[in-house]
Amino acid sequence: MNYHKFETVIVGAGGAGLMAALYASRGAQTAVISKLYPTRSHTGAAQGGIGAALGNMEEDHPEWHAFDTVKGSDYLADQDAVELMTAMAPEIVFELEHMGLPFDRTPEGKIAQRRFGGHTNNRTGKPVMRACHAADRTGHMILQTLYQQCIKNNVTFFDEFQVMDLLINEVEGRVVGVVAYEIATGELHVFHAKSVLFATGGWGRVWEVTSNAATLTGDGAAIAFRRGIPLEDMEFFQFHPTGIYKLGILITEGVRGEGGVLINNEGERFMNRYAPTVKDLASRDVVSRAIYLEIRAGRGINGQNYVYLDVRPETVNKYFAEDGVQGPDGKPKQVTAEYLLKKLPDIIDFCKTYLGIDPMQEPMPVQPTAHYAMGGIPTNIYGEVVIDEQNTVLPGFYAAGETACVSVHGANRLGTNSLLDIVVFGKLAGQRMAEFARANDWAPLPQETWEPTQAMLDRIRNSRGKERAARLREELRRLMMDNVGVFRTEALLNDALTKIRELKERYQHIAIDDKGKTFNQDLIEAWEVANLLDIAEVTTVSALARRESRGAHYREDYPQRDDEQWLKHTLAYRQPDGCIQLRYKPVVITKWQPKERVY
Amino acid sequence: MADVFQATVRIFRYNPEVDTKPHWKEYTVEVEPTDRVVDVLHKIKWYQDGTLAFRRSCLHGICGSDAMVINGRNALACKVLMKTLGPKVVIEPLRGFRVIKDLVVDMEPFFAKYRSILPYLINYDPPPARERRQSPTERARFDDTTKCILCAACTTSCPSFWANPHYIGPAAIVQAHRFIFDSRDQAWAERLRILADRDGVWRCRSVFNCVEACPREINIKKAIAEVQQAIITGSRDL
Repeated sequence: MNYHKFETVIVGAGGAGLMAALYASRGAQTAVISKLYPTRSHTGAAQGGIGAALGNMEEDHPEWHAFDTVKGSDYLADQDAVELMTAMAPEIVFELEHMGLPFDRTPEGKIAQRRFGGHTNNRTGKPVMRACHAADRTGHMILQTLYQQCIKNNVTFFDEFQVMDLLINEVEGRVVGVVAYEIATGELHVFHAKSVLFATGGWGRVWEVTSNAATLTGDGAAIAFRRGIPLEDMEFFQFHPTGIYKLGILITEGVRGEGGVLINNEGERFMNRYAPTVKDLASRDVVSRAIYLEIRAGRGINGQNYVYLDVRPETVNKYFAEDGVQGPDGKPKQVTAEYLLKKLPDIIDFCKTYLGIDPMQEPMPVQPTAHYAMGGIPTNIYGEVVIDEQNTVLPGFYAAGETACVSVHGANRLGTNSLLDIVVFGKLAGQRMAEFARANDWAPLPQETWEPTQAMLDRIRNSRGKERAARLREELRRLMMDNVGVFRTEALLNDALTKIRELKERYQHIAIDDKGKTFNQDLIEAWEVANLLDIAEVTTVSALARRESRGAHYREDYPQRDDEQWLKHTLAYRQPDGCIQLRYKPVVITKWQPKERVY
Repeated sequence: MADVFQATVRIFRYNPEVDTKPHWKEYTVEVEPTDRVVDVLHKIKWYQDGTLAFRRSCLHGICGSDAMVINGRNALACKVLMKTLGPKVVIEPLRGFRVIKDLVVDMEPFFAKYRSILPYLINYDPPPARERRQSPTERARFDDTTKCILCAACTTSCPSFWANPHYIGPAAIVQAHRFIFDSRDQAWAERLRILADRDGVWRCRSVFNCVEACPREINIKKAIAEVQQAIITGSRDL
């Protein structure tokens, strides 16, 4: 057995994990464990920008950013956490710039900003330029910059190690380490730690059409859940309005930020009807529903399940004129193809590669794509995992980024706030876990460490069943797309739950082809399917219970938001018998009482 | 879906646990013209032969996991569509690295070279309260090389690298270029010293394979030439 001892262990090497590593490693011996090479992490796929009220382009304030975030969350976000995040946003964006992040620049050399969905001037209600960006590869530049800083600071990495279990010392009530599977060799490693952070990303792969990487299978959340830690607000999963038709590849909201518009089969810019003030820049839940409603009404392009996203310069300029959008000189704003090529090079490349179309000449076919988990492992603002209605801390355990639920996103996340979330809460969690490591002695490992993981892997390896994990995954993803997507009903959710449980039963009879130790992804993928099944089940159970519509959770049988009954966070626990128990905790409200949400 | 066709996919296979030497294995797969090569690899792995190993993650050309040799050319499996290849496809691992299994190679020597060029901004002045200013022109100076995703398609397409595995290779030079020409960086001279080494930029023989291989369409030869010129002139103000 391979045994390692690090004061702080960080699982996941995306933006949250790397930011945490930078800060934790200043005060404690730190190891980062990642299933991928760090530069492969999905933070790198984020495109449009990171939100911060720098006011570089026009008047803006962190308080406006905070209110927009709370409103975007459909009032389910915890407002203390939102205020902290938006207040820290400018300093942390400057910190990234000091680390070397190559932001686009204004003529005066400041960080350039653009408009994004749901971000507004709170006086006028009109879109505000708040998204700090590096062309349409902002996430790529954040990931690269943070990894560069980790190299500079000699952070220790265990690349291509799949963490499979969380070790808890039940006597002391502390998390004391993890068990990881080394993908190259098939060996298990026990990491003994004083504090452990999960920054393991989301689980878009639960759905058929997704913007998420193949590796985003909810590993960290599923591991924690199986160890008795609750998952918060799992019914809230965001569908981004503009994925490439069928492929689901993300087309950044920055396209609409630069003036692109959604068009139906009648050539109509339909967002005018759904969000008269901000139109195409309404928040994502609103826009995704609008697209589906257009499709249902037969106004998808040629009757198909998609609409057009049009960013051709002539279209953009036509609607700028119609909306009275002005440039910095006070004249009507105009864009050119040359400008758009500089601002959106990657999405233009994606369209050319995968669709054979040039967005400067033709509109892009888009449909909503499963994109982002608002819910996850519950934490406080320091990234400490909290396990009940009283926010009791589980000592030694931390979570940050998409896998965590602070909650700053509530029922619906605003664009640009995920990149902000990962750096703000990655930093705070990293600092906190190093402090914890300094202040506390080592707690012993539990009696059993690697043995349950070994037994589980042996079970998968030696199973002689007839089911293929890939087939189960395909069925699950289609089911979740059809039944637990943008529109939900009691009947659909019940049907989903029955079928998920059937799939879980069939999962007991899977067999894999690869019985070897070297780079055995057949085994890893089979294990990931178990995570997807657990996440799908808890999502569906949470969604079934919530009889209201809020943010990304839309129940056609309960179409109204119901603050009286449901202004609260869901906590889902796995009971020892495998059943899921739901409990609830209140939302933190500081300044903004819930009111009707109109864009 | 119209135009579905049968493809014969010949794949380099090697599993050190059981194979004494690499061999080829052929698969027949039903594909759609718009399938990516990575989709075809998935169809094989998921429904024909789970023992096949290859890296992949984002599936749209931004994470850099799935660079491999496809019909003799280095490319990302997620950025090549089957309609551009036709019914016969040959897939091999990147050249010049140790094969761990099948299409998976040991990337550590590649990342070691990346780390050797000080791949991080170095600025000795205390940071200002807000952003360091940089004009759009200064920013544009190194824009192209910020696109690099470290997929290694360029380095492993380079005959100079095949001939001499100590050659630092185009990817590390691209990454160095990104900092050398960043107006905020103060360690550019140090990086130029590293790249002036006998296994540095002068090993480039202008074969241009790297430019063709780059899935991000970075003009790598231009970047290398700019670094070479900076070494000669001792200045980054070209």
